[in-house]
Amino acid sequence: MSNDAAGAGWFETVPPDDLDAARDAIETGDADGPADWPARAVDAGFARDESAYYDALHEATIHATRESVEERERADDQQLIHSVRAMDDCERTANELAERAAEWAGSLFDGVEPGIEGAREVAEREPTGEIEERAISLAARAVDVAGERDAIAGTIERVAPAVAPNLAEMAGAELAARLIALAGGLESLAKKPSGTVQVLGAEDALFAHLSGRAPSPKHGIIYTHEYVRGTRPEDRGSAARALAGKLTLAARADHYAGERRETLHDDLRERMATIRGRADAPDGGVDGGEESARSGDGDEPEESR
Amino acid sequence: MTNPTLPDGVERREIDGETRLATRGEPVYGEPTADGWRAWDPRRSKLGGMLELGLDTGLAGGETVLYLGAASGTTVSHVADFAGPTYAVEFAPRPVRDLLDAAGPRNRLFPLLKDARKPQTYAHIVESDVDVIVQDVATRGQATVAVRNAQFLADDGRLLLAVKARSEDVTAAPDDVFGEALDRLRDAYDVLETRRLDRFHEDHLGVVATPK
Repeated sequence: MSNDAAGAGWFETVPPDDLDAARDAIETGDADGPADWPARAVDAGFARDESAYYDALHEATIHATRESVEERERADDQQLIHSVRAMDDCERTANELAERAAEWAGSLFDGVEPGIEGAREVAEREPTGEIEERAISLAARAVDVAGERDAIAGTIERVAPAVAPNLAEMAGAELAARLIALAGGLESLAKKPSGTVQVLGAEDALFAHLSGRAPSPKHGIIYTHEYVRGTRPEDRGSAARALAGKLTLAARADHYAGERRETLHDDLRERMATIRGRADAPDGGVDGGEESARSGDGDEPEESR
Repeated sequence: MTNPTLPDGVERREIDGETRLATRGEPVYGEPTADGWRAWDPRRSKLGGMLELGLDTGLAGGETVLYLGAASGTTVSHVADFAGPTYAVEFAPRPVRDLLDAAGPRNRLFPLLKDARKPQTYAHIVESDVDVIVQDVATRGQATVAVRNAQFLADDGRLLLAVKARSEDVTAAPDDVFGEALDRLRDAYDVLETRRLDRFHEDHLGVVATPK
């Protein structure tokens, strides 16, 4: 698979013995595919021979990885909250700008598609005149903001597992960040009862229910989790309750202990298997009451919430 | 030593009165040692389990290795003891702290804080034509991870994969999960051997494969 089209090796822009430049190249670089990097490094004069290259690689990867780990562990829940809010702002703003740019560009050019993809096409046009220049420039700004949204999403993916390893593993990085943001911090999330976690993000529906106008919401933001969304509607309340219970425990483990708890994840998987197993039961699994009374993991009858 | 499938640098040694798999190197996680040999516990390591069960891993010692899902470095430290250059990819920062401790005294072990699902983020570091990919990642789409990383493997190289059934789908029977994973794997590999690792790791399948 080694070929010149693969891209540049991590060492190619790094002066020898510059560990910080090496860290930057290791952390942020990429390539379409691998190549015979040791040989290329020797050819490029980066290292005297293969052995010297591996020595340099060892030193550089240890340094880069140690610094990255420390940086991610310094990041805290508040940074995650800023990130997730900024990501949502970018997404909303990018869509608004793209819509405006598409409408404007549609009056100037033929075949303008709506959305970010449409803006991307408009942004690549060559303007002829001041008006076109403004419309195309606006489309380019929309694309930039959409790119920033994706970059922030990448940062959340990397930071969330450091801030809350169990929560991020269970919920995924983005949902973990959203739960922390909705609660106002990892500590306050850890102190919430699981019934509250279950409906975080469904405050409108919850208050409608409390003033007697609606049934109680079964789930809030955790609806985005596959365990809830991928469960058949009649079992979603149970799934949401089971997931919220374990998410609460995960947040507590992350806040108070900070260590990964394998059993938490296994317990949830087993519980979900049971809930989803109802769909395969001969009677359609309508009667879940008896089974939930046995399970004893906080899975009380749905009506009690 | 009596087992022909053990690579050079891995031996069965008498440690604490028991004959155990062992490699020679600095202790990493408080494992028992004797005469500079560190016991390799097949219960804590999928690859250790595969060797103990006698799968034909094709390992001879001295290989260039890409290890996906290195976690805190328990297994990869043993691999680096008998293999050549070893690239250790792990995405979660906390275990990587321990991985760094294992990598410090092993000058051909290269720790990388990267996501194994995104090989383009480390293709500028990991060399082409590695002899072995060892994979032990506990996320959904384990076979897809292996397929995406096939680009690193030499044509006659080996993939040593442990598939964890519960990471894929808890509601399905492990055998169904393994069947699906093997189907996906065949997009890029010929599967040479499979073996349940249940004696050491519940609901895990050990797979030896080579690129198509």
